[in-house]
Amino acid sequence: MDAGEAIDITVTVNGVACRRRVDARQSLVDFLREDLELTGSHVGCEHGVCGACTVRVDGVLARGCLMLAAQCDGSAVETIEGVAASGTIADLQAAFAVANALQCGYCTPAMLLTADALLREDPGLGADEIRRGLSGNYCRCTGYHAIVEAVLATARSRREARGG
Amino acid sequence: MKPAPFAYHRPASLEEAFDALARYGPDARILAGGQSLVPALNMRLAQPTAVVDINRVPGLDGIRLAPEGLVIGALARQQVVLRSPLVARHAPLIAQAMPHISHLALRTRGTVGGSLALADPAAELPACAVALEAVIRLARRGSAREVAAARFFRGIYTTAIEPGEILTALVIPPATAGWRSHFSELARRHGDYALVALAAHCRVEGGVIAEARLVLAGVGVTPVRAARCEAAVAGRRPDDAMAEAGRALDADLDPPVDVHASAALRRHLARVLVGRALAAIVEAR
Repeated sequence: MDAGEAIDITVTVNGVACRRRVDARQSLVDFLREDLELTGSHVGCEHGVCGACTVRVDGVLARGCLMLAAQCDGSAVETIEGVAASGTIADLQAAFAVANALQCGYCTPAMLLTADALLREDPGLGADEIRRGLSGNYCRCTGYHAIVEAVLATARSRREARGG
Repeated sequence: MKPAPFAYHRPASLEEAFDALARYGPDARILAGGQSLVPALNMRLAQPTAVVDINRVPGLDGIRLAPEGLVIGALARQQVVLRSPLVARHAPLIAQAMPHISHLALRTRGTVGGSLALADPAAELPACAVALEAVIRLARRGSAREVAAARFFRGIYTTAIEPGEILTALVIPPATAGWRSHFSELARRHGDYALVALAAHCRVEGGVIAEARLVLAGVGVTPVRAARCEAAVAGRRPDDAMAEAGRALDADLDPPVDVHASAALRRHLARVLVGRALAAIVEAR
């Protein structure tokens, strides 16, 4: 890219503080992938439709292609690398493997983060709510049925774990 | 698909934001939630010389009850509005509309002010604002003004906002007894822009629609208030009124034809939504 305005940012990514100089127009997901080499967040459509770039910014889901890296100065960003390493979605990851809920794997990191957010928002959610909640994440292998099964299984097991 | 270069400003106050707008003039774009602006930047449909990021301007994201009504700050995130007990109680139409807006990962960033300022003809919040006869607050250096929602939306992506102004809040007048709301939408997939959406706000007396405000999205260049249909249903039970209301609604609408739906389909869907909404409003509680 041609150089645009350079912005100095400090952003905490997966718990590690990073200081970097970024181009004002660089997206968060390009920053994560190209500058920090965190390639688990994927670049699909670059206009917010496919969902493959979904990450957490200050604890809430956001599209990495619809935020500028410069906007994240002072923020805490979590990617699939950090969230997976934390162990907090190990049950969901295992359920995806059991249900064969990933084929090419391109949509999987964002599916996991989105599904985890849905489960936190509404631990009692059913298949319809899962389908609706994941409708902003495209799987071009069209493996939606298995993905919904995996999330549903995780919802059940998390409820049981809480004695619900 | 990367944006053209631009200067990035992140004002810490409204005054600094006014400064940035004054410096760059109409070539500056305000970045709020960014869920429509950033796609436009990425596709280079928008190539502003400067982006003025107002996300760190304090005091613009609150939701509070005031004597003039429910005040929703321009930077209130759509997901926060969706979960807000104040909105559920004092603007149930908006609470009902929020789940139809896109998806969780976009509502977490997308703002109320951004939806209103963008003025997409198929968007939910503009229709709600018109149905609730809400007021939109605009500020510029040294002055502020209020514009009725009905006069705010001027055309496709066109509003009453003038150069140098910033949208600061949406004010919904206090609810009065007997008024009930119903928001409904038909889209090809959940989260897509509406083929047709209906923001209905009606006063009910003894099973009769005493007064109706019926505002549709996706059927014109702005939210469309179906005045003939409102008149046709006033003073009647929905079951008795629907045949005539449907004909009146046809006269109210001149829907667009596009890749998503024909005009005839949009007319049909609008009638379906009005019928459902009036029945639900009369039957509620």
